[in-house]
Amino acid sequence: MTDLITQIFNGLSTGSILLLAALGLAITFGLMGVINMAHGELLMVGAYTTFVCQNLFATYLPAYQDWSFIFALPLAFLVAGLVGLFLETTVIRFLYGRPLETLLATWGVSLILQQAFRNIFGANNVDVQSPAWLEGGLRIGEDLQFPYRRLFIILLAALCVAGTYWFLNYSSWGLRIRAVTQNREMSACLGVATRKVDAYTFAFGSGLAGIAGCAISLLGSVGPSSGLNYIVDAFMVVITGGVGKIFGAVAGGFAIGQIKTTLEVLTSSSLSTALVFSLVILFLQFRPSGLFPQKGRGVDS
Amino acid sequence: MNNTSTRSKEWIVFGVLGALLLVAAPLLLSGFQLNLLGKFLAFAILALGMDLIWGYTGMLSLGHGVFFGLGAYAMAMHLKLAVGNAGNFGTDLPDFMFWNGITELPWFWQPFHNFGFTALMVFVIPGLLAFLLGLLTFRNRIKGVYFALLTQALAIVFVTLFIGQQGYTGGTNGITDFRTILGFDLNSEATQKGLYVATALCLGASYLLCRWITKSGFGKVLAAIRDDEVRVRFAGYDPSAFKVLVFTLSGCLAGLAGALFVPQVGIVSPSMMGIVPSIEMVIWVAVGGRGTLVGAVLGAVLVNGAKSFLSESFPDFWLYLQGALFLGVVLFLPNGIVGLFQQVLNKKTELEPSEVPMVSEEGIAK
Repeated sequence: MTDLITQIFNGLSTGSILLLAALGLAITFGLMGVINMAHGELLMVGAYTTFVCQNLFATYLPAYQDWSFIFALPLAFLVAGLVGLFLETTVIRFLYGRPLETLLATWGVSLILQQAFRNIFGANNVDVQSPAWLEGGLRIGEDLQFPYRRLFIILLAALCVAGTYWFLNYSSWGLRIRAVTQNREMSACLGVATRKVDAYTFAFGSGLAGIAGCAISLLGSVGPSSGLNYIVDAFMVVITGGVGKIFGAVAGGFAIGQIKTTLEVLTSSSLSTALVFSLVILFLQFRPSGLFPQKGRGVDS
Repeated sequence: MNNTSTRSKEWIVFGVLGALLLVAAPLLLSGFQLNLLGKFLAFAILALGMDLIWGYTGMLSLGHGVFFGLGAYAMAMHLKLAVGNAGNFGTDLPDFMFWNGITELPWFWQPFHNFGFTALMVFVIPGLLAFLLGLLTFRNRIKGVYFALLTQALAIVFVTLFIGQQGYTGGTNGITDFRTILGFDLNSEATQKGLYVATALCLGASYLLCRWITKSGFGKVLAAIRDDEVRVRFAGYDPSAFKVLVFTLSGCLAGLAGALFVPQVGIVSPSMMGIVPSIEMVIWVAVGGRGTLVGAVLGAVLVNGAKSFLSESFPDFWLYLQGALFLGVVLFLPNGIVGLFQQVLNKKTELEPSEVPMVSEEGIAK
């Protein structure tokens, strides 16, 4: 019983990491149709922001060092969002409607960012000290312990999903974003500044990647090319969940997280990676457009 | 009339290039340079296959490193077995198996003693994998971006599997320390020259095969699928069958490239089949000019030439340049070097309409 609960908790925790990494993609890929291969590097932007933030606190405000992480969260959102905004205005906006082209171009961006990280922070991985209030864990009964760090990440993922859901469905910017993704010409006719909406949507998705980067930095050291480890997983989550729906990403993230950790226990780590991807391919045989497909009437959809 | 003259002109160019590669290059280049060129020509074979599916059919594969790697591993297994007990450790088993405590040669290694079987497997294994993946995805009309991302996942699957199964594949280090191929010493210059010539000949043959395919009715259907797949389906063709077939062929060509690569470079490791090398293969074709076979070959040789020159002298700079290359080609040179060349040529003379199909943005984008 304890094993089962631990197992489910681990799956939940892995799932929330995947979900955090994929949430930004669910917006940039799902809503905007942009394949952002630099998404992994945006995660790293968030992780490095956390790292810099921690160092600044250690130098100037050593007394409040434990709170550097809380400060880093919005900062990472902002920095990654700005990088995303820059990326959108210089590259992406010329490539809307040509997803494969965005894939190649953003791959170029990711290479440039990786090398930039290497030049700025060095080729070695950097460590983010997790704050003291996240050490230890919640004890339940004799041998059941939930690390605070993991609980925090699950909470963060839940908050991000709730925030994104609110933003897209109840804020006026969300309304504009949905309008533009549904019918660009009509929105333009009705006076929505589509260019601006595109730019902000992309920046928002990128900012979410920054927050995910903060969470990732809690789990272990991060390096210039760590982003690559997350990018394919994140895309698989979005594809499994179904493009264009936030809850698709949630379901996809938790499903893949749960299956992955279960398989890791049953087989080995390397085999479980292979099996998960094989399962995704098999799954797409039955549901080619994921768990929550978008309804459409076109020949192609 | 005009048609026959361009065709004979094309043959002349093909002949001249062939003579340059087969006669002039071995005489003029040093052993090291020839070896490098041989490697690039092997990559060019892969680029031809990539161009068939991307440039002509509009499917972007981000997993071609896997097919390349499978061909390479098949050849490496044969070469490793050919070492026998002459290796550094004097064991009958390949040295890495000995380190990993494996006492008996696994059954799937056994037949690779035979060169003929190996040569067959170089095509069959990657081809079969491509066939299966193609069947599973295209039959369900999974296409465009989804296909690209699935092939990328394939690359991860194989890299993790090959690293994980260390005893059978050599793990991260891969398989290396080969001695002979068909009894010839791999370290001798004459053998390397022979391998170079073999690679050049294979490239020539692959080029002719691809050219024949793209000019045939089959090739026309491929281009039609690229430009409007739904319309092809409504016209009564089954696009998925065509796509599976061309994807399989592309996988076979990648396998051949891998098999030619291994004896010339002397090592194969999982790092050659991962996400990064796979996507680099796409950029060869993009730089050269997708949708033209010449462009694919040209791109593979040029990009790799630039890489081996620049990454040695300025390793930091190379990644920036490579990133810029991806951006630049997509934003400013969608039809690559060949496309640029044609544009300039057409502007100047306005005489010969290009015979090469221009890649329609819409078709690729789908």
